[in-house]
Amino acid sequence: MDWIRSLYRKSPIYLVLVAGAVVMVFPFIWMISVSLKPHTFTIVIPPQLIPSDASLANYIEAWTANNFQLYFRNSAFVAVLSTFLSVFVSAMAAYAFARFKFPGREVFFYTLLAVMMVPTTIVIVPQFFLMKYLGLRNSLWGLILIYTSTSLSLNIFLLRGFFEQLPHELEEAVLIDGGNYLTIFTRIVLPLSAPALATVAIFSFMAFWDEFIMALTFIDDPTKRTLPIAIALFQGQHGTAWGLVFAASIIALVPVVIFFLTLQRYFVNGLTTGAFKG
Amino acid sequence: MLHLSPRTQKLVIPYLFLLPAIGLFLVFMVYPLLKGLQISFYHFSIVPTRPSTFVGLKNYLEAFQDPVVGTAIINTLIYTLVTVPAQMILAMLAALLIYSVTHGKVFFRAIYYTPVITSWVIVSLLFLYLFQSPVGLINYFLVDVFHFTSQPIAWLEQASTAMIPITLLGIWKGIGWSMIIYLAALTGIPNELLEAASIDGANSWQRFWGVTLPLIGPTVVFTLVLLLIGGFNVFISVYLITNGGPMQTTEVMLSYMYHQAFEYIDFGYAAALSFLLAAIIVTMSVLQLKLLRRPQETY
Repeated sequence: MDWIRSLYRKSPIYLVLVAGAVVMVFPFIWMISVSLKPHTFTIVIPPQLIPSDASLANYIEAWTANNFQLYFRNSAFVAVLSTFLSVFVSAMAAYAFARFKFPGREVFFYTLLAVMMVPTTIVIVPQFFLMKYLGLRNSLWGLILIYTSTSLSLNIFLLRGFFEQLPHELEEAVLIDGGNYLTIFTRIVLPLSAPALATVAIFSFMAFWDEFIMALTFIDDPTKRTLPIAIALFQGQHGTAWGLVFAASIIALVPVVIFFLTLQRYFVNGLTTGAFKG
Repeated sequence: MLHLSPRTQKLVIPYLFLLPAIGLFLVFMVYPLLKGLQISFYHFSIVPTRPSTFVGLKNYLEAFQDPVVGTAIINTLIYTLVTVPAQMILAMLAALLIYSVTHGKVFFRAIYYTPVITSWVIVSLLFLYLFQSPVGLINYFLVDVFHFTSQPIAWLEQASTAMIPITLLGIWKGIGWSMIIYLAALTGIPNELLEAASIDGANSWQRFWGVTLPLIGPTVVFTLVLLLIGGFNVFISVYLITNGGPMQTTEVMLSYMYHQAFEYIDFGYAAALSFLLAAIIVTMSVLQLKLLRRPQETY
């Protein structure tokens, strides 16, 4: 019965936490409620939280509607490949910064840091011309390359902080046994850094899956759209068909939630073990 | 690689590890930055046969006289100055409360973090829906449930209220991010210190200011720096909720830059606006680091 006593003693705290939780979650509950209402054109006063005629009609319509599954595949392709590329390329660079002294080290690192401070959107105009020049407009590979590039600063910064805390002894042992730096990197540094890599992967995947501005600017071809663009346009086209818009939004949320729940153990560890204390 | 002496290896190998990152970074980030700076000095022609004309500082001078730039800077500043402290205070409160309870830690952490992992596009559309007039849910609560007003408020149609939903969205979406970082920092505080303070008669308010806050100070500074940069970065919510309207009264720096570039096709002017924003952010960040580093060094 101890836990009841503790609940009672701390009841004001729980009350505040529950009130906050309601504010945080209520818009989502409302979004789900709207998505389950088949006739969202008609406005019911007072609004119903639990629809009397709940159905999955909006989900079925959204999922089968104009190219939605194609957009879903495009988003998955871009987000997954960009995440792999970004984590791997960032890890290589972070390893160089964490373990080697070489001419130009400071200059490179502080350039990265400086770029991290500035929002990437300010280079959207010159990037637009660059993509056009390279023939990468309307290309999912173009998005992958540019997503990877914009995420490098932060990821290198976070991973360098983590790599610096790894013990040197194992790496020296590998060198003495005749291994090279590539062996050290792939066999020791990467496996030991799983929590940090997972943290960086989560943040990167979420950013790529949700990215809006660059996809909006660099992609015109309707068959190359990603989900955020499709959903925003969906709202534009279907105006007041909010049930449909929210059903599409909730479908788009599923991969993020799954990705987050599977990796969140690593993610919290990554936070506490210094990925953020850099 | 194996034939090289260990000394040469040590010298060459870091560059090999850096090569992919530096390559991508130079092509897709550094080159556009320099190119953007160049474009900002031109009246940029989109017709390939007509060359762009060099106009010097004209785009920048124009920006200083453009009243919408003034509006955009003020909106961006107000948005940042309201959302950043609100997020930090509410996140700290949430983190302290969640840290102090024994049941439901994981549950509350997950709930407060949900808006963070939801995309800006989805939550912007959600707030657009909630703040509709006259039949949005917020108006329903204000008029029919709590009777705060007799008439529904046209949130997004009038200049005086249109920034409010955007600002509330910024706070609501961001709390969980700082909260989870503060929680991680709080877990790192040795319990003995707080107990010792208790024994010395410090109440919980004094313990927070005297023990907890100084210990997690660097973490708080870290979130402050990133939140300020994030505040100046506000764009998607404005673009989707008001698109700068009504009558350009809710334009922020990035939305106005984007409109100049891709609606009015004035790339030179847009590039100049970009660099004005970058200058503001860099100045602010450097000032912050200077101001906030000092107290830490005295420890």
